[in-house]
Amino acid sequence: MTISPLGDSALLVDFGDESSSAPELLDRALSVAAQLRRAKLRGVAEVTSAYQSVTVFLHLSDIDALPDIASHFERQIGQIVAPGQRVKTKGRLIEVPVCYGPEFALDEQRVTSATGLPFNSVVELHAAGEFIVACIGFMPGFPYLAGLPEALHLPRLPAPRARVPAGSVAVANGQAGIYPFESPGGWNIIGRTHLRLFDPGKTPPALLAPGDKVRFRKISREEFHHALASVEVR
Amino acid sequence: MTVLVTAAGFQTTVQDCGRVGWRPFGVTPGGALDAATLRLANLLVGNDETAAGLEIASGRVQLRFCDERLIAWGGGRFKVKIARDSSPPLRCACVAPGESCEILATHGRAWLAVSGGIDVPLVLGSRATDLRARFGGFNGRALRDGDELPLGARTQSELRIAAQITGRLANWTGPYSSPAAPERMTTLRTIRGQHWTAEAGAKLLEGNFRVAINSDRMGLRLEGKTIPRTHAGMLVSQPVTPGTIQLPTNGAPIVLLADCQTIGGYPRLAHVISVDLARAAQLQPMDYVRFELTTLGFAQQLARQREREIAIFRAGIRTRFA
Repeated sequence: MTISPLGDSALLVDFGDESSSAPELLDRALSVAAQLRRAKLRGVAEVTSAYQSVTVFLHLSDIDALPDIASHFERQIGQIVAPGQRVKTKGRLIEVPVCYGPEFALDEQRVTSATGLPFNSVVELHAAGEFIVACIGFMPGFPYLAGLPEALHLPRLPAPRARVPAGSVAVANGQAGIYPFESPGGWNIIGRTHLRLFDPGKTPPALLAPGDKVRFRKISREEFHHALASVEVR
Repeated sequence: MTVLVTAAGFQTTVQDCGRVGWRPFGVTPGGALDAATLRLANLLVGNDETAAGLEIASGRVQLRFCDERLIAWGGGRFKVKIARDSSPPLRCACVAPGESCEILATHGRAWLAVSGGIDVPLVLGSRATDLRARFGGFNGRALRDGDELPLGARTQSELRIAAQITGRLANWTGPYSSPAAPERMTTLRTIRGQHWTAEAGAKLLEGNFRVAINSDRMGLRLEGKTIPRTHAGMLVSQPVTPGTIQLPTNGAPIVLLADCQTIGGYPRLAHVISVDLARAAQLQPMDYVRFELTTLGFAQQLARQREREIAIFRAGIRTRFA
């Protein structure tokens, strides 16, 4: 574990130097983030985690009297994150219904030719996997999902698409993801969900949180349109 | 009560001090690019520092008020007029019902506070406009001609301030030494980032960069010089924050600003110190910027010093109008 400044108002706690597998590092980061949130340290504004690191954002105005901010927090974090004090984080299991129809799987051809698999095998692999939310970023509510079967590891598109529809389910760089809004994007699109991934009027605003487990379930075009209509009525 | 936007300028947005606590869900902190100046302007008109005001970037903005309000502004090289009277920066001014305020942007950005605050709904604890995710502020977008912005109720502190103004302008202001002003050449102080290397760092600190045309509230894109790569291949995505200087593979650095995304996979070469983000907020395309190296301890000392200056400003106004 190394602690280094991220600018003058945040500290990055990085576990990348610990020789563990990616899932173990993610588990460690989630556990440390939970411990640091629970500790409610004075001067800490928020705590986030991503893959193999945790970041502690500071409110410098709340800690005006401290002579040396960096070493104070390094010491405090070090004590809280002492080895052997792991917190078991329990993510929820969330099912995401996906229609993999050709009108939604915008990159069906690219994916089949790059993987050498027929598209129904791609769908089976994608819908059989259990994923874990490694972090949320890129845009509000966009989940980076670890756990993609190796056969579906693909590069991004050579040039990003100007307009990816909201709800698009995608794979790239060894990960899966879901676009919460219509936006530009460079991942391979293989389906669409009717679920709303981000709603600023709700607390919390995102459907998924780091550490949650995700399973995709294949649904028909009729189920998709029916579900979408009921979402829009609400 | 409302204020009518008769001319919206270009990329004028409702902003406050930003949203805290939603980064784990990918929500950017956002808010005024120079929150300190917005806070001072708010204090001058009797608002809470966290009230929402307008961030004005360029063009001509004209506002028509339907009731009496106090306004104050600060920031770039702007010309502000209420009816025929000019209104200097960081000075409280009185606007009568039906009068218009005209703001002409020449260089940089400015923040305008209106007594009562811009009363758009709170979204995730803030009224700041998130342009990229299209929520917050006024309908999640930049202002357009003809928009009618809701204003908060007039407060006791505002009425006490208004009672002491004879004519248009207050004859007092708060004590504040260092508002950031736009310059054609701006120096930003930085501290080393996790991926700093001697070679790339030397290139960052040597000579000038030009601010590229596609810079926005997410980041200043810099051009004119290429910085050698510090890492081969992709890095594991890690958090970034306003001030982070990212180095994409093309070698053209990006200084992230308030609307930046929450994580990034590019090397983090350095970080602009917090207090200098107010200077970065004044940069516009074709301006020049150079970087200097400072220490973490000094950067934090400056940040705390600025908070103390704002506290003195606040205390000064409270004492005067208690």
